[in-house]
Amino acid sequence: MAMDLITTNTSSGAASSDFTSSIDSTYKLYIFKFYDVNPATDATRFSFQGSIDGGSNYNVTITSSTFKAYHTESDSAAALAYDVETDQAQGTGYQDIQGDIGNASDESGAGELFLFNPSNTTYIKHFYSTVQAYDSAPQSRQTFAAGYFNTTSAIDAISFKMLSGNMDAVIKMYGVG
Amino acid sequence: MPLGAHKATLFGAAGVSTGDVVLLGSSTVSDSSGVTFSGLMTSTYGEYIFKLYNIHADTNTAEFGFQCNATDTADFDDLLITSTHFDADHREDGAGGSLQYNTGKDQAQGTAFQTITSENDSTSDSSAAGELHIFNPASTTYVKHFYSRMSTVTLLGGNANPLHYDSFCAGYFNDTTAIDDIQFKAAAGTFDGTIKMWGVK
Repeated sequence: MAMDLITTNTSSGAASSDFTSSIDSTYKLYIFKFYDVNPATDATRFSFQGSIDGGSNYNVTITSSTFKAYHTESDSAAALAYDVETDQAQGTGYQDIQGDIGNASDESGAGELFLFNPSNTTYIKHFYSTVQAYDSAPQSRQTFAAGYFNTTSAIDAISFKMLSGNMDAVIKMYGVG
Repeated sequence: MPLGAHKATLFGAAGVSTGDVVLLGSSTVSDSSGVTFSGLMTSTYGEYIFKLYNIHADTNTAEFGFQCNATDTADFDDLLITSTHFDADHREDGAGGSLQYNTGKDQAQGTAFQTITSENDSTSDSSAAGELHIFNPASTTYVKHFYSRMSTVTLLGGNANPLHYDSFCAGYFNDTTAIDDIQFKAAAGTFDGTIKMWGVK
C-alpha cells in the first residue's frame, strides 16, 4: 500500500489554498500535509472546510472536537485543555485546526489532516488532524481536531485558509489505498 | 500517519520507495549509547518520519529522547526547544486511567534532549514504540516543528502491574538555521532498539 503525492499547493499571500480536483474514489484515504504556514495577520487560526460541488461552496455541516497542549517560551504557562472556541456542533463554518499562529518572520505552523473515504455516498465522512505551531504568545501549541462532515454526498474539494487575512503555506495532498 | 499507510515499505531497504515515502536509513542497536542519523535531513523532503520499535532501556527510569544539530553545530546541545508533553496511562489490573500534562518533560527554550516517552524500565519484555515527525528541517526562514507519539510499558512505581503510557510530545526548534542531524538516546545508560528514517516527498 503506497502513499502517493497527488498535488502540491505552494501559496504566498493567498486568501486560501484549495484542492478542487482529484478527490474521488481513487483513494480511500486522503492525507494533507502542510508546513511553513505563516499568516499575514498575527494570532489568527488555520482552518479547512469541504465542498460537495467541486469548490463552488465550502459550507458542509460539521460536528467536531478540538483540544490542545501549550507551553510558553517563558515557562509561565503550560496545560492540556479542551478548546470550546474551536469545535463545531452542526456548524457550516471552516473548521479551526490550529489557533493563534504568529505572523513574525520565523513563526509558522505544520501538521497533517486525514480525510477518510470522501467519495462515499452512504456514510458521513470522518477527519482528524494534528497541527503544531509557534504561536503569538510566544509558545508551542499542538492542536488536535477531529469530527465528521455530516453529509452522505461525496466531498470533492477541500479548502484551507486563515480565519483572517492571507497566508503563506506549502500544502500537499496524498492518496492512500 | 498510520502504519498501514506504508506498511510495505517498512520492511524495505534504504533507498527503496513505495509511492512517495522513501526509506532513508535504518539502525538496529543493542546496548547503544545513541543512534545518530547524520546529514540525512536536507531540502529533498518536506517532512521526515522516524519510526521507533522495540526501544528497551537498560536503566530503570531512563526516558527516551532526541535532539538535533543545525548545520553549523555538531554536539546536540545547543538548539533551543520549546515543547509540550502529555500522556494517558492505565495499568494492566485496571488501576489508574488518567490523562495529564507533564511539566517535567516539556522544555521552555531548553537545549536538552527532548523526552518523548514516559518512564521506561529495564524489565526484559518492556519496551516502547512510536513515531516522530519533523517538518521542513532545511528551512532557513522558519522555526522547525516536530511531534511524536510513543507507547510505553513500564513496571515502575513499585507496582507489580505493568503501566501503559500513551505519550504525546510536540514543539519547535527555535532556530532558522537548517537542521541536518538527529540523535536518539536514553536519558541514562544504554538501550536496544530499531529506528527507521523516512522521507516524505
